[in-house]
Amino acid sequence: MASVTYRNVTKRWGDFAAVSNLSIEIPDGEFLVFVGPSGCGKSTSLRMLAGLEEITEGEILIGDRVVNNVAPKDRDIAMVFQSYALYPHMTVYDNMAFGLRLRRTPKQVIDERVREVAASLGIEMLLDRRPRQLSGGQRQRVAVGRAIVREPAVFLLDEPLSNLDAKLRVEARAFISKLHQRLGTTFIYVTHDQTEAMTMGQRIAVLRAGELMQIDTPSNLYEHPANIFVAGFIGSPAMNFFDNVLLTEEDGRMIVAADPYSLEVPEERYELYRPYLGKRVVFGIRPEDVHHPDYPPAGIIPAMGEANVDVVELMGNEKIVYLESEGKTILSRMDPRSDVRVGHRTGAVFNMANMHLFDPDTELALQ
Amino acid sequence: MSVFTWIILGLLVGSLGTYLLFSDRGRNPDHGALIGGIAGAVGSLVLLIPLWIYVYVQGKQPVYELPKDRPPLSGKHLTRMALYAFLILMMLVYLLPVYTVVVTSLKTPKEAGKLAKVWDLPTEINWKSYETALDELGPQLKNSFILTISATIISAVMGSMNGYVLAKWKFPGANIIFPLMLFGMFIPYQSILIPLFQFVQDIDLGGTIYGLIIAHVVYGLPITTLIFRNYYAEVPTEMLEAGAIDGAGFFGIYRWIVFPLSLPGFVVVIIWQFTQIWNEFLFAVTLTDQSSQPITVALALLAGGEAVNWNLPMAGAVLAALPTLVVYIVLGRYFIRGLLAGSVKG
Repeated sequence: MASVTYRNVTKRWGDFAAVSNLSIEIPDGEFLVFVGPSGCGKSTSLRMLAGLEEITEGEILIGDRVVNNVAPKDRDIAMVFQSYALYPHMTVYDNMAFGLRLRRTPKQVIDERVREVAASLGIEMLLDRRPRQLSGGQRQRVAVGRAIVREPAVFLLDEPLSNLDAKLRVEARAFISKLHQRLGTTFIYVTHDQTEAMTMGQRIAVLRAGELMQIDTPSNLYEHPANIFVAGFIGSPAMNFFDNVLLTEEDGRMIVAADPYSLEVPEERYELYRPYLGKRVVFGIRPEDVHHPDYPPAGIIPAMGEANVDVVELMGNEKIVYLESEGKTILSRMDPRSDVRVGHRTGAVFNMANMHLFDPDTELALQ
Repeated sequence: MSVFTWIILGLLVGSLGTYLLFSDRGRNPDHGALIGGIAGAVGSLVLLIPLWIYVYVQGKQPVYELPKDRPPLSGKHLTRMALYAFLILMMLVYLLPVYTVVVTSLKTPKEAGKLAKVWDLPTEINWKSYETALDELGPQLKNSFILTISATIISAVMGSMNGYVLAKWKFPGANIIFPLMLFGMFIPYQSILIPLFQFVQDIDLGGTIYGLIIAHVVYGLPITTLIFRNYYAEVPTEMLEAGAIDGAGFFGIYRWIVFPLSLPGFVVVIIWQFTQIWNEFLFAVTLTDQSSQPITVALALLAGGEAVNWNLPMAGAVLAALPTLVVYIVLGRYFIRGLLAGSVKG
C-alpha cells in the first residue's frame, strides 16, 4: 500500500523530451489511468516509475521514499506488460512463483499464495501448462496473477488489454476494475483507448507530447475539458469544433456566431464569457448535444439550426448522423426514431447548456 | 517424398545393379550394359508400381496421394525428376572420397598400396587397421576430446554471456566493441601464428593442451558472440524487464530467463565450435608437443613419410571423423531450428 508522487519529472533522449515536467500526486489505493495518443509519454512515465527507464530530472516517490536510484525489484511494484512477457519455458505455476522464489519466500507460503491467487482468477486448472498452450485471455490472467501474487504496493499495467479481441476486452475491463476494488492497492494503468480510461479510472491523466494536459475524474474531464486537446480526445465520436467564431451581444443577449448558426449562450455563463465579447473563440459541442427537433430531451437549453444530412449510421440505440452545413461536418447522435434521410435537410437542436468555448491561441477552455 | 522420387531412385538403383551384373560379361560390354540398364529400369518399374498401388490401397489415409486433377506427368514433374537425378548424381560424386576412405581402411596393407585398385572393394575385410589405429592414436584422441570439449564449452558459455550483454545491456561504447570483436573472425590464422606462439610460450603454456584451449576459446569468441547476440536480439526485452521487476538482477535474469531459452543457440554454437576445433590443424601443430598433440596432428604424422600403409591412416581418418558426425547427428535436429532462431516467441 503506497501513494505515488511524480515531482517535476522529465525524461529526455538527447534533445527529445519524452516527458516534460510531470507532476502528479496519486493517493494510496487510487486507480489512475495515463491516457493519450501514441508517443505522448504515457508508457515512459510508467516505465520510469517501474525503474525500467532512468529519470532525467525530477524525482518519483513511492510512499515517501524517493526511488530514482532504487532497483526495480526493490520498489515493491508489479507490472503487467502489453505482451504479458510470460516466461515461455516455465509453467503457469512457476511463472507466478518466480518472483516469490527470488525473494526466498518459504515454499509452503509460495504454494498457498499461488493457488489462492490462481483460484481467485479462475486459472487454477492451468497451473501445469506452459504459456504457449494458453489462449490470449488466459495469458492475460496469468500475467495479472503473476503480478498480484507478490502483493505489491503499487500495481502497474501497460496496455494490458490491447492484445485481446473486442469481446474479451470488455470482460477484462470489468475483471480489472473488480480486482482493484478487491485489492484496494494503488493501480496505475496506461492505455491509448479513451473508453478504457473512462470506464476504469478513478482519475485520468491525459498526456500529449510529454506534457500533462489535464488530470481529473472521468466525469470532470468529460464535462469540463481544460483545453481543446482533452475536449477532442475524450468522448467518442469526438466533439464538434467551430474555429474562428465571434462572441457578440445582441439586445442584451450573448450570441455565438458559429457560421451559419447564431447560437444563444445560456444566461448563467454571461458573467464568465463577458471578457471575451467581440473576440474570436473556438466553439465546441459534443455529438450527444446535437438533437433532432422531434426528440429533444428534457431540461436542455435549445438553440435551433438546420443542416443537410450527409451520412446516417444506425447503431440500434441511436443514429450517428453526419450533418453538413456550409462545408462543415457536424456529428450528431440522434434518437433512433429520428426521421433523417440522406440528402434531405433536417433541423438540429443544440443543447447550449453543454457548450464549450476555448481560446484559439492558448487552446485553453474559457472558465 | 513424392512417388516420382521413388521411381527415379528405383530406376537408378535398378540400372546400376544390372549394369554391374552385365558389365563384365559378353564380348561387347557396352552393349550388355545398355540392355542391362534398360532391363533394370523396366524391372524396377514393374516392382515399384505394384508396391505403390499396394501402399495406396492399404493405407486408410493413403501415404502417396495420386494427383487427381492434373495429368500424372506434367512438365513440372519432369523437371522435378531431372532435378532429383542431378542431385543424386552430385551426391554420389560428393561421397566418392568417403567411399575410398572407408574401402581402403578395410583392405590389407598390401592391397591398399595398389593404386590401380583404389576403387575396388576389398577382397577380404581387414578390421585390424582399426585396432592398430586406435592403439596408435588413442592418446591423441583423448587429447582431442579434452581440447574440443573444454574449448567448446568455455567459448559457448562466454559467447552466450557476451551476447546477452551486447543484445540486452547496451552499455556506452557497445556499438564500437561489438564490431571490433567481429573483426576477430576475419583475421587469418596464419597471420597471428607467430605472436600467438610467443604469447603461449610467455605464459608458460607452450607445448601443452591448455595453451591450445586458450587459443581456440579466444578465436571462437567472435562467432559465438555473434550467434548469441543475434539469437538474444529475438528474445523480447519485456520478458527480461518482467524478470527485473520480479526480483532478478543482471545474473539472475541470465540464469533464470535467458539461459533456459538458449538451447537452440547453444546447439548451433556447439556444433560449430566442436567441428571447428576438432578439425583444426594449424594451431594444434604449432602449440602442442608430442604428448599433447590432438588427433589431426597425429593423423598427419601417420600419413607422412615414405612407404605408407594407406589402410592405417584411412582407418584413423574414419575414427577422427566419427565424433563430429555423432555430434551432428545427436544435435542436428536442433541445428536448423537454432539457425532459424525466433522460436522463442511466447
